[in-house]
Amino acid sequence: MLPITTVHYLVVAAALFGIGVSGVLTRRSPVIVLMSIELILNAVNLNLVAFSRMWGNPQGQVFAIFVTVAAASQAVVAVGVLIVLACGVVARGAARNREPSPNHASLPNGLPNGDAE
Amino acid sequence: MTPPMTPTMTPYLFYTLAGLAIAGSTLVVTRRKPVHAALALLVTLLAIAGLYLMLYAPFVAGVQIALYAVAVTALFLFVIVLMNLLLNQPLKLQPPSHSVLRFAHRDYSRVWPVGLAAGCGLLASFTYALVKSRTLFPDRMVSPSGSNTQQITTLLYGENGRPGQYILSLEIASLLLLVTIIGAAIQVGSSRSVIAPLKKEEPRPSVEDRDERRITNH
Repeated sequence: MLPITTVHYLVVAAALFGIGVSGVLTRRSPVIVLMSIELILNAVNLNLVAFSRMWGNPQGQVFAIFVTVAAASQAVVAVGVLIVLACGVVARGAARNREPSPNHASLPNGLPNGDAE
Repeated sequence: MTPPMTPTMTPYLFYTLAGLAIAGSTLVVTRRKPVHAALALLVTLLAIAGLYLMLYAPFVAGVQIALYAVAVTALFLFVIVLMNLLLNQPLKLQPPSHSVLRFAHRDYSRVWPVGLAAGCGLLASFTYALVKSRTLFPDRMVSPSGSNTQQITTLLYGENGRPGQYILSLEIASLLLLVTIIGAAIQVGSSRSVIAPLKKEEPRPSVEDRDERRITNH
């Protein structure tokens, strides 16, 4: 069996990146779009750590930690935005329930059409 | 080619972890329910942590498990539960008025073939470039010397009174985290102001009302 080289890790990271990009571009649920963004950032991290291993230099790992910090804070802020939007949807839905309007169906998994796209 | 790492079974371990990561990420993108996607994301992140361990980066692997696999996944599960509480209750009152096409488009964007093609094209070009440029990368990896965590800490914080090489980046990262905390607090405050007038107008205790009170009260 072939030994594992840097290129193997890079191919895995490229696969994760491609799958993440596909998820961001195809999914409508904002939570799953966020998860796909996490996949993309993880692919970048895997590249950084693989190159750090290749050169025997821990600076790549330091950069990977910075990327992780940025991804975590991004996830927190995005989740906060989602919750605020969901509260707005609930408020609007309650207002619509009070005065019944003909058509406000089809909430997708996350948000109504206007907010999810 | 010389084997870059001496331990036995390394290729099998690598292919297992890589397969887990890729299968998990595929599930993240394709599952309908966000809860399933979050659990697949957990599997993916743990497999990537295993890959970090194979790359002799135990500190990054620990950060990956503690921050990504635990904190971020728990955050996603939390927001899934919360959004189901918030959004599914009014949805159940509706008659199922959407057509079959709308139902198919509920989970995937209308232009999903374009997005899928873009992702696959990106993946193909990456893989092509990597395989073509395989000779650019040295076969033998440089073995790390010394303690991994100590090296990272030296780069970040410095040693013997000298500041580290990335001390400014570290400060900026901590500032980013501070801004994130303040931003999250402000967002919570604004969502409370969205819900508060709703409670005043609806004294009738409905299911929605109970859920909103649960959110605003904690």
